[in-house]
Amino acid sequence: MAGPGSDKLLRAKDLVKVYKAGEVEVRALRGITMEVEQGEFLAVTGSSGSGKSTFMNILGCLDIPTSGSYWIDGQDVSKLNRNQLAELRNRKLGFIFQSFNILPRTSALENVELPLLYNRTVNAKDRRQRAHDALIKVGLQDKITSMPNQLSGGQQQRVAIARALINNPRLILADEPTGNLDTRTSYEIMAVFQSLNDKGITIMMVTHEPDIAQFAKRKIVFRDGRITVDEKITNRKFAEEELKHMPALAVEETV
Amino acid sequence: MRVANLILVAFRSLARNKMRTFLTMLGIIIGVGSVIAMLAIGEGSRVNIQNSIASLGTNSIMIFPGAISHGGVRMEAGSVQSLTKEDAQAIAQQCDLISYVSPVVTKGAQVIASNQNWRTLCIGVYNDYFSIRGLNLSNGRLFSASEHRSAAKVCIIGLTVSNSLFGEGHDPVGEYMRINTIPFRIIGLMEKKGQNTFGQDQDDVIIAPFLTVQKRMLSTTNVNQILASSSTAAAMDDATDEIIQLIRSRHHLKDTDEDDFTVRTQADISNIFGSVSKVLTILLASIASIALLVGGIGIMNIMLVSVTERTREIGIRMAVGAKGRDVLIQFMIESIFISFLGGVLGIAFGVTASSMVARFGGWPVFITPFSVVLSFVFSTAVGLFFGWYPAQKAAGLNPIEALRYE
Repeated sequence: MAGPGSDKLLRAKDLVKVYKAGEVEVRALRGITMEVEQGEFLAVTGSSGSGKSTFMNILGCLDIPTSGSYWIDGQDVSKLNRNQLAELRNRKLGFIFQSFNILPRTSALENVELPLLYNRTVNAKDRRQRAHDALIKVGLQDKITSMPNQLSGGQQQRVAIARALINNPRLILADEPTGNLDTRTSYEIMAVFQSLNDKGITIMMVTHEPDIAQFAKRKIVFRDGRITVDEKITNRKFAEEELKHMPALAVEETV
Repeated sequence: MRVANLILVAFRSLARNKMRTFLTMLGIIIGVGSVIAMLAIGEGSRVNIQNSIASLGTNSIMIFPGAISHGGVRMEAGSVQSLTKEDAQAIAQQCDLISYVSPVVTKGAQVIASNQNWRTLCIGVYNDYFSIRGLNLSNGRLFSASEHRSAAKVCIIGLTVSNSLFGEGHDPVGEYMRINTIPFRIIGLMEKKGQNTFGQDQDDVIIAPFLTVQKRMLSTTNVNQILASSSTAAAMDDATDEIIQLIRSRHHLKDTDEDDFTVRTQADISNIFGSVSKVLTILLASIASIALLVGGIGIMNIMLVSVTERTREIGIRMAVGAKGRDVLIQFMIESIFISFLGGVLGIAFGVTASSMVARFGGWPVFITPFSVVLSFVFSTAVGLFFGWYPAQKAAGLNPIEALRYE
């Protein structure tokens, strides 16, 4: 356990990612060094093409860096092979995507169960129970057997959040989780995030929207493959408070 | 990875696309079904031929005159009258392995009873003939020794002859009829035997004592054929040799001479027809295998399309922790299951199709367990083989690219 990142949840050192698009080399990341502590709620912003999505993909073990190293929970990720990366994703990470990425024609419960199907240590009974609990945690107790086409965008995103939560991850990575949602629904998702974060779950969230970033505790800004700003959020917004001042619009979005 | 979970995953994804799953399966169903039906038809015709050959008589050995060569010119079997009833008697007395022997003479006959007449075949034989051919009387009796000796004008008739002359349901025993103007008393009626393989009605026959036909109707000393049967099937070859040696010595043939007779066993005949029906079966089965192969390619086709169509799904699975191997196994299970269930349904389809052929086509079918196992194993192997490539393709996907796939 005595590695350079053992005391932090996440530590990146000189991460470089170069894409080769034909003759042209695109330097998406030009040396990223940063740390994330247990219990943080981090917003990652930046214009498109700044490298923030590449950074998230690498942290999420979906992509591998050209050079540099990083540690998740003290484990040196850059030394892992494809299968070990898959196992790390399965056990320690939860993903939330802009386009929800839940399986079509599959009930909310079965969607949430998905990560546990790839975890041999969990039996069928526990799997079902945990999926149930996760759906209740995100306020979908009435939609357990619903199909995605019966769910609104916000509800689908909550299914995705429940899926990300089910394996009790050390870190939740959200890539533009509110990008496809209206303001009220976005705030509701932020309310879920903040309440999860209050329970000690570490969240890293990429977002374009400055007001969404205000819900986090810390903000980093990407520009041309480098981190230009890394600061604590000063006037942090709280989703529950904000929602009280908003007119109730969507009836089906009752938490 | 727990395989049970992957089976669950595979089944859920098949259940989500029931129509596609079924259509993919259809190729295998038809393939397996036609293999089973074709083999059943082929096997049925083989069994049918075997049965008809067996109806010629169990362990029977046929000795025909002829096959003589004069100065190297070989003559057709039967073209030379070289067998006599003494040959038959000698076989009966001297061949230990032979249990029954009968000389056979045949004569076409016009038979007349009251105002009806019929054209049929009249054969003259010993009582042994009935044992060799497995003929039984439904009514009446066999010929007595004195009837044989005296060339008595008595006969036993087949059902077709009886029905033609006396009408159906009438017992002909005791009736009189004329065979080529000679009056005969009918002393027996044979049980129905039906058609043989060659479409010949085995009930359209009159049997009379050997001497009656030979002396009264043919006025000859030769016989058309000698029919014998060995005591056991195993003794068939030795019995045949015994007969050949005996007749050669009786005909005073030198070692260098060729036989002036031909011996055929029931086994020879069944071999000839057996190989014909085998060729037929192989032909039918190979056509059906092509259907099965096409079904397998259908699986590969659908699975490949499915991999492309489900790229995003694969990406999601990988993002939440599915390893390449998990995806591979999932897709393999899907294609094996399709071909497995397709095989099961195909067997049901093949059995149904065969019984339809049997019922409406009047063609005998016989489904062998071997053909069921063969097509089942083959169809599952098809799923395994053709499922591998698409599954491999799915497993090799890059998670990020798969997730971004639109």
